[in-house]
Amino acid sequence: MMRAPPDAGGGGGDAIRFTLNGTAVAVAAPPSRRLSDVLRDGLGFTGTKVGCDAGDCGACTVLIDGAPACACLTPAARAEGRRIETVEAENPTLTRLRVAFLAEGAAQCGICTPGMLMAALALLRRVRQPTEAEAEEALGGVLCRCTGYRKILSAVLAAGQGASIPDAEHPPIEGHVGDRVIRLDGAAKVAGDIFGADHWHPGGLVLKALRSPHPHAAFAFGDLAAWVASTPGAVAAYTAADIPGVNRFGVIPAFADQPALAPSPARFRGEAVALLAFEDDGHVPDLSAFPVRWSPLPALTDPALAEAADALQLHPGRPGNRLIEGLVRRGDAEAALAASPHVVTHGMETGFVEHAYIEPEAGAAWMEGDTLVIRASTQAPIMDRDDTAAILGLPADRLRIIPSAVGGGFGSKLDVSLQPLLGLAVLKTGRPARMTYTRAESMASTTKRHPARMTGRIGCDADGRITGLAFDGLFDTGAYASWGPTVANRVPVHASGPYRTPAYIARARAIHTHNPVAGAFRGFGVPQAAIWQETAYDILADQAGIDRLEFRLRNALRDGDATVTGQSLASTGIAQCLEALRPHWARALAEAGPGRGVGVASCWYGCGNTGLANPSTIRIGLNQLGEVILHQGATDIGQGSNTVIAQIAAGALGLPLAAFRLIGPDTALTPDAGKTSASRQTFVTGRAAQAAGTALRAEILRRMNMGKGARLTLDGARIIAKEGSAQAELALSALPADARGYALSAEETYDPPTTPLDANGQGNPYALYGFGAQMVELSVDPALGTVKLIKITAAHDVGRAINPTLAEGQIEGGIAQGIGLALMEEYLPGRTENLHDYLIPTTGDVPPITSILIEVPDPEGPFGARGLGEHVLIPTAPAILNGIRHATGALPRRLPVLPHRLRAAIMGVRDG
Amino acid sequence: MSLYLRPATLPEALDCLARAPRPLAGGTDLYPATTTADLPGDVTDLAGVPDLHGITALPGGGMRIGACTSWATIGDAPLPPALRALQQAAHAVGGRQIQTAGTIGGNLCNASPAADGVPPLLVAGALVDLAGPGGIRRLPLADFITGPRRTALLPGELLVAVVLPPEGLSGASCFLKLGARAYLVISIAMVAARLLWRDGRIAEAALAVGSCGPVARRLPGVEAALIGATAIEAAARIDPAALARALTPIDDARASAAYRLDAAAELLRRAIAGAGP
Repeated sequence: MMRAPPDAGGGGGDAIRFTLNGTAVAVAAPPSRRLSDVLRDGLGFTGTKVGCDAGDCGACTVLIDGAPACACLTPAARAEGRRIETVEAENPTLTRLRVAFLAEGAAQCGICTPGMLMAALALLRRVRQPTEAEAEEALGGVLCRCTGYRKILSAVLAAGQGASIPDAEHPPIEGHVGDRVIRLDGAAKVAGDIFGADHWHPGGLVLKALRSPHPHAAFAFGDLAAWVASTPGAVAAYTAADIPGVNRFGVIPAFADQPALAPSPARFRGEAVALLAFEDDGHVPDLSAFPVRWSPLPALTDPALAEAADALQLHPGRPGNRLIEGLVRRGDAEAALAASPHVVTHGMETGFVEHAYIEPEAGAAWMEGDTLVIRASTQAPIMDRDDTAAILGLPADRLRIIPSAVGGGFGSKLDVSLQPLLGLAVLKTGRPARMTYTRAESMASTTKRHPARMTGRIGCDADGRITGLAFDGLFDTGAYASWGPTVANRVPVHASGPYRTPAYIARARAIHTHNPVAGAFRGFGVPQAAIWQETAYDILADQAGIDRLEFRLRNALRDGDATVTGQSLASTGIAQCLEALRPHWARALAEAGPGRGVGVASCWYGCGNTGLANPSTIRIGLNQLGEVILHQGATDIGQGSNTVIAQIAAGALGLPLAAFRLIGPDTALTPDAGKTSASRQTFVTGRAAQAAGTALRAEILRRMNMGKGARLTLDGARIIAKEGSAQAELALSALPADARGYALSAEETYDPPTTPLDANGQGNPYALYGFGAQMVELSVDPALGTVKLIKITAAHDVGRAINPTLAEGQIEGGIAQGIGLALMEEYLPGRTENLHDYLIPTTGDVPPITSILIEVPDPEGPFGARGLGEHVLIPTAPAILNGIRHATGALPRRLPVLPHRLRAAIMGVRDG
Repeated sequence: MSLYLRPATLPEALDCLARAPRPLAGGTDLYPATTTADLPGDVTDLAGVPDLHGITALPGGGMRIGACTSWATIGDAPLPPALRALQQAAHAVGGRQIQTAGTIGGNLCNASPAADGVPPLLVAGALVDLAGPGGIRRLPLADFITGPRRTALLPGELLVAVVLPPEGLSGASCFLKLGARAYLVISIAMVAARLLWRDGRIAEAALAVGSCGPVARRLPGVEAALIGATAIEAAARIDPAALARALTPIDDARASAAYRLDAAAELLRRAIAGAGP
């Protein structure tokens, strides 16, 4: 979308005149139109982001006569005569903030960044050098789901102290592996990046989905043609009958079962049943008279009831509504437990958790010749292409997916959402189209973390060595398969935790209900299992009379140990993580007392698909101008792959990062780097980047007849190689273009070596694991049942920190989500479909975090690096629960630990 | 096309309400109630009516707060200790962005059981001025909010100001809000206390609890029991049984009813300490 001239507008109404970032503008808009809409659609200033349209997230914060306000709650008429400032403004304080945000790593996905910057700008004008408490309160109205806020607060304080703009005194970082390189896409983030809702072709269609208001309901349509004809601005209405291909998608092809538009009956509240296209002319689409008749049907909302023999069945061929059961069995767990002096029988329960990225699903689509182009927010462009092409009956080569900047994903943007709907409308009409989910439909229609009911036993001997573990998990997988199979497979593999467990049986089953679709969410069920296992460990350690940290160290997997799948691990860092916590643990225990507790928990997590191929391919080209072009197909959803993959490639190639230019991701321009999930990009795509860099380097050196140790530099279009007294040059401009259009290029693929699990779940499901341990210090207000987090210390074995700032950002952000999981987040269909009833942590809910990066190199990882993105969330919730138990003696069995649940648990201990 | 009327005076506003009966104050409740880009239906925008804005001292010692005064203005104003609870509530309404836009009158007219502004105003003995075609009538706040999302406003009437009588402006006050996170939170329970101390003992007490029933309430029985208590004695005089008789909390996603009663008692004890001598 190009910026419109200042007198442009849409949707009618008189011209409204105001000052926008110092410039007088006039825009025609209805007086009650949201100012956010006027700025974005009317004036083309899309730096102001919309996350909720309800004042709950603060992403749309602008300054009105200097005061921060939500543009989504401001009538356009009230802008008249006022000074409006947006993230597009230029002033020295904002520049200082931008620089500080970049230097501190305060922007991850970037969707909240404009709101944060504007709220911080208002603060710094009011208080030149704010305290942390002042910054915390000033930013308390803007939600961030990626960073955990700590780096944002640091950046605001640094800007208040007058953070300087990098200059000649500070030579640019080379961009080696291990350097704190400022994220390569950072400048765009602090300027207001271009997300799914921020780019569209004017004069096309705007799409709205009609969704089921019931968890299970039959429905019938009236006269759709008559509705289109009689509704102002309506262009078309599509239903399941209009889907040209196979109306069924799913991230795991063998289980694909979800329609893009459901035929009757709808199987969950929020399921799309019709797609309505309107003229994109600024008028508000009216769905109120759409002819649909709903007949609610009995709904299964309890997975325990859903698996009863006589329960109605959601899908044919899945008796007992069982999607799948995963099993890992090693030794005789029952016998081992029977012979153990200490055994704990333990149960824990978790609920639906919403990803709550601040960017609701959004995108646009158009035709380029015969090719359908869809630009949308996604974590998995190739999977989007294949699923969408099948639904639309298109060959894959006629569909191009361009991921937009992604305003957070955390697993839910792996599944297609609006891509098939955009494609359908564009194919049917030949016109461009755009679609943006409302917050409510994003929350109602997309996937959630699986609720889990977990029971089992863990035993140890008199010395505190684990003897056996039996685990049973019931996971509510909702109406469709999504990633249910992955959760059912990953949980039994990981439910031991990173500990030697000689006798083991773990089962996890995914059961269909008419609840929201449960899919991928940072950890694929492993965080739930860790909540069960790590809280049981504390009870067991107490029974055995052993310090809780020492108990974990005693059982920690060491190099050469076999896991519960019988995999022998070559490189394990869990003991090092726990040892790194030891001094902090001793101090914290000394400071603990009644009402003040300390908890610890560990994690391990296999990186990449479970026992399945998941290759990544990276291409690097040197063009005749001397630029290094990195075809980087790994979608950066804020975690930093744009930067990390480039650092790895630069490290392997031996040319400075500054010479690199990134292309992609884009299914037309970048080879397949797989999906951004399973903590696989740094590892798998990183290995491909390392291989491609190494191959290109070898080719350069071969052409110059130089040795492996030569140092490469670029001088314009010449490569110069030096080693000792030897020197050679290669003129890139003189080289003919190769088949890829470059002077020199390389393309390499890496697929982690794994083996499938056998019937007992034995095998080598992952080529590499990451490890970590976190320690939480907290206080409990026993009278109110509230928890105050004081400090979190997190030690994670990252193998090699390619970019320590980004690694810390992952840790802090994962911890924030773990805090939410532990203390406040519970998605209830129909009741918490907004960001004021569904609570995620704010600036005031995340305590100071100390990250300790442990580097035990893994021979399989690029430069030794391991994945990290999901690991970081896993220990937080159980460490909090263990801290609560330490402080009070009470352990609530159901998450989140809302104040009333903790209070009841404390009263139970007192009464008991 | 829907009406969007922008009166410049109170009489104009009343005329406008006859044509567009829905008043728009801060917008922090009206906009979240719709997913569309425009407000559906006809509205009367009150932003341009000077009489509805600002905090003024009244002859005789009272105070008037215009209905469209923002929470930011209230939070930042120099107000007496008796209104510290109101200012604490002002800082607890959403985040800074919501405080910039949201108004005290909107908070009252929206009549949420969890409206942050109500308990502090109840303990200050607040009255509300309602302007209508027949003139202005004054009601105690307790009589204005009649139920969840229900008020005593008659068709064509507008809440124009909150009036704080002189007797409500004495003593010290404290507001406490309990939620499951630090900012941007709808309360599980909240309380306000305003106390007048004489010689280290409570001479007058006003207590109110919100989010523990369809409307926030004063607690006359509990208040009476506090008279004469020292700060140390006061906590023990908060009788849970009396609270249980006065309040009717519900079980919902945020908390259980039993917990709310428990928490309200505890919060009252702390608010009394917070409004100490």
